[in-house]
Amino acid sequence: MAQSVVVSLKEKINNQWRDRPRSQGSLLSAYGEPAIWLTGGALVICLAMILGLLLLILINGLRTFWPARVVHIKLRNGQAVLGEITRSEWYRPDPAFLEQLSPDQRALYVEAIEAHDGWVKRELIRIGNYELTNEHFRWVALPEIAPGGGTFPDWALVIERVTWGRFYGFPVGFVVGETVTATEPQQIWQEFQKHHPRVRQRWRRIRQLETRTLGDINYALEKSRLRLRTIELREGKSSPAYQELAQQFARQEAELQQEYDSVRTEIESLRRENSQYGLRLRTADGQEKDIGLADIVRAYPANQLSLGERLALYGSRVWEFLSDEPREANSEGGIFPAIFGTAFLTLLMSLAVVPLGVVAALYLREYAKAGVVVSTVRVAVNNLAGVPSIVFGVFGLGFFCYVVGGTIDQVFFSARLPNPTFGTGGILWASLTLALLTMPVVIVATEEALAAVPRSMREGSYACGASRWQTIRRIVLPRAMPGVLTGAILAMARGAGEVAPLMLVGAVKLAPELPLDHRFPYLHLERSFMHLGFHIYDLGFQSPNSEAAKPMVFSATLLLILLVAALNLGAMVLRSRLRKEMRATHL
Amino acid sequence: MKGRVLMNGEEKRTANGPLTRLIADGPAVTHRKRRRETLMPDQWPDESPGTGKLIQTETETASPVALGTPVPLAKVLSAGASRLDAIARGEPFESEIHAEFAQETPILEIDHFSLSYGPKQVLFNISMIIPRGKVTAIIGPSGCGKSTLIRCINRMNDLIESVRIEGDIRLDGTSVFDPAVDVTEIRKRAGMVFQKPNPFPMSIFENVVYPLRIQGVRDRRVLAEVCERSLRAAALWDEVKDNLHQNAMQLSGGQQQRLCIARALAGDPEVLLLDEPCSALDPIATNKIEDLIRELAGTYTIVIVTHNMQQAARISDFTALLYLGRLIEYGPTRRIFSAPHLPETEAYVTGRFG
Repeated sequence: MAQSVVVSLKEKINNQWRDRPRSQGSLLSAYGEPAIWLTGGALVICLAMILGLLLLILINGLRTFWPARVVHIKLRNGQAVLGEITRSEWYRPDPAFLEQLSPDQRALYVEAIEAHDGWVKRELIRIGNYELTNEHFRWVALPEIAPGGGTFPDWALVIERVTWGRFYGFPVGFVVGETVTATEPQQIWQEFQKHHPRVRQRWRRIRQLETRTLGDINYALEKSRLRLRTIELREGKSSPAYQELAQQFARQEAELQQEYDSVRTEIESLRRENSQYGLRLRTADGQEKDIGLADIVRAYPANQLSLGERLALYGSRVWEFLSDEPREANSEGGIFPAIFGTAFLTLLMSLAVVPLGVVAALYLREYAKAGVVVSTVRVAVNNLAGVPSIVFGVFGLGFFCYVVGGTIDQVFFSARLPNPTFGTGGILWASLTLALLTMPVVIVATEEALAAVPRSMREGSYACGASRWQTIRRIVLPRAMPGVLTGAILAMARGAGEVAPLMLVGAVKLAPELPLDHRFPYLHLERSFMHLGFHIYDLGFQSPNSEAAKPMVFSATLLLILLVAALNLGAMVLRSRLRKEMRATHL
Repeated sequence: MKGRVLMNGEEKRTANGPLTRLIADGPAVTHRKRRRETLMPDQWPDESPGTGKLIQTETETASPVALGTPVPLAKVLSAGASRLDAIARGEPFESEIHAEFAQETPILEIDHFSLSYGPKQVLFNISMIIPRGKVTAIIGPSGCGKSTLIRCINRMNDLIESVRIEGDIRLDGTSVFDPAVDVTEIRKRAGMVFQKPNPFPMSIFENVVYPLRIQGVRDRRVLAEVCERSLRAAALWDEVKDNLHQNAMQLSGGQQQRLCIARALAGDPEVLLLDEPCSALDPIATNKIEDLIRELAGTYTIVIVTHNMQQAARISDFTALLYLGRLIEYGPTRRIFSAPHLPETEAYVTGRFG
């Protein structure tokens, strides 16, 4: 009985559900669900794109420094290839290419093509040894490979060199002077590890002497010459002041020349000592080659490394990347000058844009009488944010470099003319150009922050007898600080990632000196600089060895993203701390 | 100006209303707005109490420019309706001022004072004296101009453009509008406390000594002394003496308002202007502030604007009733509440309008 009641009730409910009233022909927009799916879907797509990008950069950027194993491949034509597999792909061989092959080779290709619907797999191998092969990379198609396939020989060494890129080969001897002291790989490796650190130490000493000591001498000489030239321009060549200074200069020149010569001798002796040591290697196709130990940055038997050694190698490469100067047209070595240039540029830009933007916004919001003029200015400032950045670059070059810099050169650095000092691209002009570019961001954010300061708070201050400026200084500005910081963050993020205008006003492929060094006045704002964004462009599109530079592009991009994220994070922490102080817990 | 305030009222209302209503009555809202602009004030349709209140609050906090909804007074009031109608029509009106003021020493004299915001006149020919050392309350329905009047005393209305004034306000005999007078000096002599507690986002100590800081006082001993004296005077010392360097924003609403009073006292003013100081506070905090006002009376001259007639009756010595920018009646509080001269005043204080 009870069960039948339950059943009938169920039926009833089911029937009701089936026959429920449905609105006839009502609008799709009357339902909520499609809108949720539409908006949510859009969000998911956006997130997927951003995360995909970040993931791509992260994986590729981190993979760059991982020491891969070295493969030794014997080819059917008797050649052998030694190197790291970079990537592999499927391709369709060109019929003309097949025509020119010998019949048995063609048969192999045809077999492989037929097995995979016209596609053949090939692998890109980094073979290095550029001075012998004239290639850094080489494609090897599967049909080319002899039956044995690839092996991973124990004593295949990877050599990272100061010049010519990497070298792959087997050790056959360790050379000291004219004699070969070791011939067994194990012994050679031990000898290498014994001598290499000392050789590198001397190499670093040479580099320091060349850049620092000789640089200082040259700098001092140049300074004296400029002083002489200044006097010459001011008083003429026949004046007694010039004559006196010229004698003094000649004396100083002689002294410096002596000093220069002694440093040169020291460098020569270090060089001679270093050049004794060499590593004799045999390449995959049997050529022998001696490489000076001083030329070797790093060498390792790639196939013998344990996980710990690989990690250590990885760490040392990352450290080199972060702290060293670039080599080999930027495709090897580090990018420290670019990191420094970017951070320094962003800092200088913030120093210029934040105070100026805040003061301008203060006038617009606090002092200017609302009216047509102020509205026009506001609209103009907002529109400035939409101007393509290259336009700012052109303006910066035309105005800052040529007009302002040119005038400065005329007035203060006339001795150095026709070589420009400030009259060309430099970090000062670049930062001012970026400051101009990001000014609207700061002004708009500051104005909003000022407008958000409650009227009651200003009134409270006025009612205490404060003047307008006192109120702004003590009440409005502190209260608006989080908003101002938001503007500064946005400006910094925008400025740090900007490339186009920098190419015109001072970013260069390779800057010989940092804008900050040990020589008075320490800060050299006229110098050109390296920039991460420009570096990425240069690596990716201007590099002669683009295949080797490609991983560096990812690493540099990853670093740029991290740098911008770090800058933002720092400012955000500061802002949240300020906000906490401002927040009212009651009311 | 008025149009904008009404728009604000509308916006608030629709924003607060339930979503369904908003959709259902969408066109009706705009319709009502249109009607409101064309009809005379006393013909306006009755609003629900909640709505009316919202508009009032908006009027009071947004800006003193806002003259809110005039109450359909004439409709409710039987006795003297014709006179209030006459006021609404803008005919001249003679304020009823009691004779008791003859014995008082005035500290403030408001002399035939009128004020307009652009084309909109807000105060009409107000003349009254504020007796020294006494508590004077200004009451009246929303939008009658009482806040505007009190803000003229320390020239807070200077901050608003397009203000025009006629007549004069004299503090101790000198006109506050005299071009030779330093406005910051006026504001130091007439300290002000606002409707909403507005402590600055800094420590309690810094809040209290703010008037001294802006005068350039740096002597830590003087600052500490003034801080303690002011906080004691504002009956806040015992509650905050152990954490003077705590952020003032963390105090409760009532404490914040007393802090604002302490801040006003730190400047050593002669007159204390209180603009509805309790309207944002709960009854207990209100009680404390009222006790404080009674204690401060005598030492300071206090002018308080209030919505709350009981409050005016409890704490003030004299009461002025404003309506539509006119001073209706001004006299000793006892008389105003028990035996006013005008029937309109009686109607207002007994809650029959406003």
